[in-house]
Amino acid sequence: MATFNLKVNGKNHQVDVEDDTPLLWVLRDHLGLVGTKFSCGVAQCGACTVHINGNSTFSCVTPISSVGNSEVITIEGLSEDGDHPVQKAWEEVDVAQCGYCQAGQIMQAAAFLKSNPNPSMDEIDNAMNRNICRCGTYHKIREAVALAAKTK
Amino acid sequence: MSTVTRASRRDFLKIAGTTAGGLFIGFNWFSCDSPKVEVLSTEEILSQAKNFSSYLSISPTGDVVIYSPNPELGQNIKTSFPMVVAEELDADWEKVRVVQANLDTEKYDRQLTGGSGAMPHSWERLRTAGATAKYVLVAAAAKTWNVPAEEITVEKGIISHKGSGKSGHFGEFVASAATMTAPEQLTFKDKKDFKIIGTPVKNVDAKEMYTGQPLYGLDFYREGMLHAMIQRAPFGMKIKSVDDAAARAVTGVQEVVTFGNSVAVVGSSTWPLMKAKKLLRIEYEPEGKVESSADHDRIFKELLASGKAEVRRKDGNVDAAFKNAAKVVSAEYQCPFLAHSPMEPENFFAHVKGDKCELIGPTQTPDRARQSAAQILGIPAENITVEITRLGGGFGRRLRADYVEEAVEVSRAMNAPVKVTWSREDELTGGAYRPAVRYKFEAALDESGNMTAYKLRGVGMNAGNTTREHNFPSGAVDNVLIESVNYESSITTNAWRAPITNFLAYAEQSFLDEVALEAGKDPVQFRLDLLQRAKTNPVGELGYDVDRMIGVVQAAKEKSNWGKNPNVKQGFSVYFSHRSYVAQVADIAMEGGTPTLKKITAVTDCGMVINPIGANHQVRGGIVDGMGHAMYGNLTFENGVPKQKNYDTYRLIRMKEVPEIETHFLTTDFDPTGLGEPALPPTGGSIANAIFAATGRRLRSQPFIEQKEFSDIKLDIRRA
Repeated sequence: MATFNLKVNGKNHQVDVEDDTPLLWVLRDHLGLVGTKFSCGVAQCGACTVHINGNSTFSCVTPISSVGNSEVITIEGLSEDGDHPVQKAWEEVDVAQCGYCQAGQIMQAAAFLKSNPNPSMDEIDNAMNRNICRCGTYHKIREAVALAAKTK
Repeated sequence: MSTVTRASRRDFLKIAGTTAGGLFIGFNWFSCDSPKVEVLSTEEILSQAKNFSSYLSISPTGDVVIYSPNPELGQNIKTSFPMVVAEELDADWEKVRVVQANLDTEKYDRQLTGGSGAMPHSWERLRTAGATAKYVLVAAAAKTWNVPAEEITVEKGIISHKGSGKSGHFGEFVASAATMTAPEQLTFKDKKDFKIIGTPVKNVDAKEMYTGQPLYGLDFYREGMLHAMIQRAPFGMKIKSVDDAAARAVTGVQEVVTFGNSVAVVGSSTWPLMKAKKLLRIEYEPEGKVESSADHDRIFKELLASGKAEVRRKDGNVDAAFKNAAKVVSAEYQCPFLAHSPMEPENFFAHVKGDKCELIGPTQTPDRARQSAAQILGIPAENITVEITRLGGGFGRRLRADYVEEAVEVSRAMNAPVKVTWSREDELTGGAYRPAVRYKFEAALDESGNMTAYKLRGVGMNAGNTTREHNFPSGAVDNVLIESVNYESSITTNAWRAPITNFLAYAEQSFLDEVALEAGKDPVQFRLDLLQRAKTNPVGELGYDVDRMIGVVQAAKEKSNWGKNPNVKQGFSVYFSHRSYVAQVADIAMEGGTPTLKKITAVTDCGMVINPIGANHQVRGGIVDGMGHAMYGNLTFENGVPKQKNYDTYRLIRMKEVPEIETHFLTTDFDPTGLGEPALPPTGGSIANAIFAATGRRLRSQPFIEQKEFSDIKLDIRRA
């Protein structure tokens, strides 16, 4: 066990865990931030997507020992009141079915739009292709990302 | 036209005030032909709080709380059920709050999610709830104002009397309403006056989902709760010995518990358990059949040829018809096993406390969870509470209670609250699956290309009846023989979204395409001719409404511009399942020498559409699901263990693989039917038939990408 100091959603946290513990499980089991979802655990589905220094990252394969002083943002910290343009677009388009993957989808979309504020539909498809939605809400995800790009 | 229900004597509905002055309306769904009202004193209500926390409550401030009994897994029932209640109540939707009800078999019946059955089952019950509440509120207002109830109108939670100019919100009348008697007969709103039903209403959990609030079972944590992960035996094997020394040595592992053929590692957080589980050294030995996919292929072929079949339907004389046929068409179709793979892996919380037990988590069948726990613990079911969380998908997987039973076992062994979490590898290797199935179709054609006989034999695994013998084309053909053969596999199987029809529809609709082309007929006209026959001169029992099926076929033909564009190759498919009708046309265009799947047009008749957003979601989602699994889904076995253990080898459809999907809904006056499943079954057929039209390659097995007929076809997908 080792002690790690983390900065998550602008707050400092200290956790005592093994150094190979994935960030995902530190967030969920130790910090109570359960918005970041566990689904595949092997960087295939994107449900666990968070931002590390602004980059979308699969937290399920990110060992806590590699996080260091980086700025971690989770779905809970993406905006103050759920009013990030991507979250608003998700509400407007009413994207979700079961909703389980959507936090990861939103985090991926938010990081993508930050790096590419005026994407083409093809670029949206490429960026969102790394997140799986088992309910098949892909059309609505695409629509919401395009809307967020327009309304930001 | 308004619907009127007649009261029965049985106790269905209770109305009462509370000390706070609110109005509660409680239902006993079990005895519910129609309502009978019982007015209780405040003391009685409080003493019966369990029976009365209930279905609908209105506070003195006019806020309406509607409890949604059925598990929500993405089918949108938590939004659409309350819409129906609010409609008949004439509530202000903005003031409605929806709460997921816990399991309560006294208040609710059919408190489960499966079979696309919730809406058809509850439609009238939900209307009754809203209409009864409105009736007593209006009666209370009439009494207060001393005006005739018939002169009172209600709109958006405001009760008004035009003549006297009086008006007030629901909350002002709840205390008085609680003393009213519900009517013996109840009049529902005219459908043309609906203000909420038929309008796009957004998901009631949207905010929580998009801000990461705890909603799902896996998000449930409690102080002092232990975590558990479990190693299960390969199918057909049992434990011979367990060496858990290395697993116990992992920091954070508190205990290793063996029960049945499962070994649980238990600790205070999840990650150490994932590591420890891999360090368990378990020796297994055969207990029954230890199967591999190659065995299944062989068994299918043997049983198709010689297996003792159950005759499901027999019309006319099939043998004679085939003997006299001008042409015989025959083909076999096969599909693999599939996992349900909901994005939220299986998990459940259990806290066994002496002869009581608390269960919390994602389940499609909360009562089955409770009954299973009761059986394991040997305690009465009423000692067990079940709290239903939002489900991160289900697809049939959470009809089973195996993971609930595990939580109960471990909680009992540890004498502590425990949450069992499955990894994705557990989900893919732990059962229960959509079983593989193989079908043999045969059709006899006369010289004019009319189908004179139709034969279907299905071989399934733990599937019971692999056919839907009274579905189309039964009823449209003089001579029919439909048979089913079952093989008992040691691999656990279970209903998977649109059980049986999720593959049967593809096989049947592809085969009918083959028959139509052999008969020299247009595939749509071929079906319409058969349907016309079934309408004018039906043969035997019909399990479908011919006119409704013709309706979606005709509409899909028009909406897709069937056969009008020589540059677009089209595939047609139509299927009736779970009370709804869906026809589809897939369009493939050759672009730069590459076949490009451009669009799927779907026409649905599900009766009245409650929520167009939800309806669109279910149809598009069902098509994406059907397409993804037809194209890519494959779970194969070696010695009782699946070879595909995670999404790197078990492929699910992604963003870039979905074409444009255009949805249409027929406007009909039928009562609403469910939509969770019906759009999926026709999908494989429309796509496979379009691929044939474009390439001449007939795909008779899934997944398409692993068929040799498909190996040199580079199917491009054109997104919207």
